[in-house]
Amino acid sequence: MTRFIIRRILVSIPVLIAIVFVVFAVARIIPGDPCVATLGERATPEQCRLFAIRYGLDQPVAVQFAKYIGQVGSGDLGTSIKYQLPVTDLIIQRLPTTVELSFFALLFAVSVGIPLGIVSAYKRNSGIDVATMMFANLGYSTPVFVLGLVLAFAFAILLKGTPLALPPSGRLSTGVEVRTLIEVWHLEGVQGVPRVLLDFFSGIYTLTALVTFQGKAFVDALRHLILPAVALGTIPLAIIARITRSSLLDVMGQDYIRTARAKGLGGRLVLMRHAFRNAVLPVVTIIGLQIGLLLGGAVLTETIFNLSGVGKTVFEAIQSRDYVVIQGFTLVIAVGFLIVNLIVDLSYAVLDPRLSLR
Amino acid sequence: MTATADALSEAKDALAATGDGRLWRDSLRSLLRQRSALVGMAILLFLAAIALFAPQLAPFDPDKPLLGVEEGVTAAAAPCIHFLGCPAIQPEHFMGTDSNFRDVLSRIIFGARISLVIGFITVGLAILVGAALGAVAGYAGGWLDTLIMRIMDVLLVFPSLLLAILLVTVLGRGLFNALLAIAIVAIPVYARIMRASVLSVREQDFVTASRALGESSTGILVRRILPNSLTPIVVAGTLGIGGAILDVAALSFIGLGAQPPTAEWGSMIGKELSRVFAAPHLLLFPGIALSLTVLAFNLVGDGLRDALDPRLDR
Repeated sequence: MTRFIIRRILVSIPVLIAIVFVVFAVARIIPGDPCVATLGERATPEQCRLFAIRYGLDQPVAVQFAKYIGQVGSGDLGTSIKYQLPVTDLIIQRLPTTVELSFFALLFAVSVGIPLGIVSAYKRNSGIDVATMMFANLGYSTPVFVLGLVLAFAFAILLKGTPLALPPSGRLSTGVEVRTLIEVWHLEGVQGVPRVLLDFFSGIYTLTALVTFQGKAFVDALRHLILPAVALGTIPLAIIARITRSSLLDVMGQDYIRTARAKGLGGRLVLMRHAFRNAVLPVVTIIGLQIGLLLGGAVLTETIFNLSGVGKTVFEAIQSRDYVVIQGFTLVIAVGFLIVNLIVDLSYAVLDPRLSLR
Repeated sequence: MTATADALSEAKDALAATGDGRLWRDSLRSLLRQRSALVGMAILLFLAAIALFAPQLAPFDPDKPLLGVEEGVTAAAAPCIHFLGCPAIQPEHFMGTDSNFRDVLSRIIFGARISLVIGFITVGLAILVGAALGAVAGYAGGWLDTLIMRIMDVLLVFPSLLLAILLVTVLGRGLFNALLAIAIVAIPVYARIMRASVLSVREQDFVTASRALGESSTGILVRRILPNSLTPIVVAGTLGIGGAILDVAALSFIGLGAQPPTAEWGSMIGKELSRVFAAPHLLLFPGIALSLTVLAFNLVGDGLRDALDPRLDR
């Protein structure tokens, strides 16, 4: 088990270095002059020369890369050209929005998708099964941005004034505020890594409001999350429901299920205790893979629902050729995705002890 | 001597057995038995007909504003069908007009051309490159295999849409570059599938047989292994077309793909983003068209998978 974990982590290191290289290279070859993009068309050559020196753009690419590796290693991702802020600060500001959105989207997808898949498999070829699979097919085929806009139109405009109305943009209503963890717990003196963590978690409004008993703000933040989370979570939901169904059906055909039945165990008990446990592995793989899909979809969802998260920031950075932000954010996203995949791989070992023996 | 002759004739039999088209005939029959795949194929035929006869079917030029061309035309007008009680004074537009005084129906019809072509070209490119890389990696093994597959791993670590956005920024905006970016992002998927299936075919008797008959490595790879490894690729490809259409539409939606005035469904929604709540038909019709197209490819892909995978025989 320990050897399996260590080997899996070691394999990730070359991939990590390759990611840093790809991110660096891509950010370098994006066409367009960052100086003109930042200072405007009327920037003088002299201004641009100083600009290049300031951001180290005048040095050979190899030197730039070596410097970049050193910087990243020490936790410095550079300073945003556009916002004039350290990228790490920007990440602490923007990442919580995306983490929160993705969490609720995944929660929605898993908590609805798995039960739907189980019911579908249990009542195979029934009306419920056919309806669920039709719904799954449709959900899988609808673009995130179309679904998001349809939801926003339905719940913010058609249902306006009814109790079902939901806000279509932003994270909180005007006038509502979530007090930060530092403010509530009077931790102004805290510095360093704990401070970063406190700031980060304060950005996850629902979590902060929940642990500090800010009831009104919690409800408001949650209401703002429903539409984007449903929009973002629907495609993963459809995929999870389908995989759960087919994986369960595979397992239900096995001999040991018949044995369990023959012992006189009830259908539901066999389903949950014998079949589902063995069917869960492909489902976990798929859930892990959805994280990448969620991050891609977040660009679209955040644009539609006007949320300043990672996706929207990267998109804006690309528009304004803010190399430093593109590099930093893509790196964080890729590393996050790598870690998620690692966790998924490791969870196999827990779920299926046979795997770690290989 | 006779033993060798026997072995040779056996080898020839084994080779002959792989050459007939029974698998495909059976699969087609089983595909036609599935209701959902039939529905998907019907939708695809319908879409293909629309795309083919777009100039004849579209009532207006998809790209030209009707302002000054048609009397009484207004921007972002709701659908007007005289038969359903729309006053005869208003010009008839089955799906309304967009904010540039263009007929939405005509744009939807021409959009079918673009989306279908996008789907096939994107996946075709991805399969061509991905399958070639996967086949070489699987057949050659060794350091070449490691090198190719590690590069694929790195590509897979990036969320696909994000990587595509990065690539389009490097290549420059536009429909073709968007298509290229989505194709590049999809390469690792097909490379992995191809490699896995080459690995499983490589060790089978008929490959050993043709090696014994003195066939060259390239010959074995192209004539023996590839045809027998194609099934999973065909299935993944069909299922991938829907996803490719969605991704290119997403890029167009955020302004990186199709550029105006091209009638592409994703960009039709993106360009009207500020108006979609005031004039929901601008969102609804391209949205339905996109979903329907993707749904059709997914239904056919699912059917194909069930038909080609003997393990799923029910």
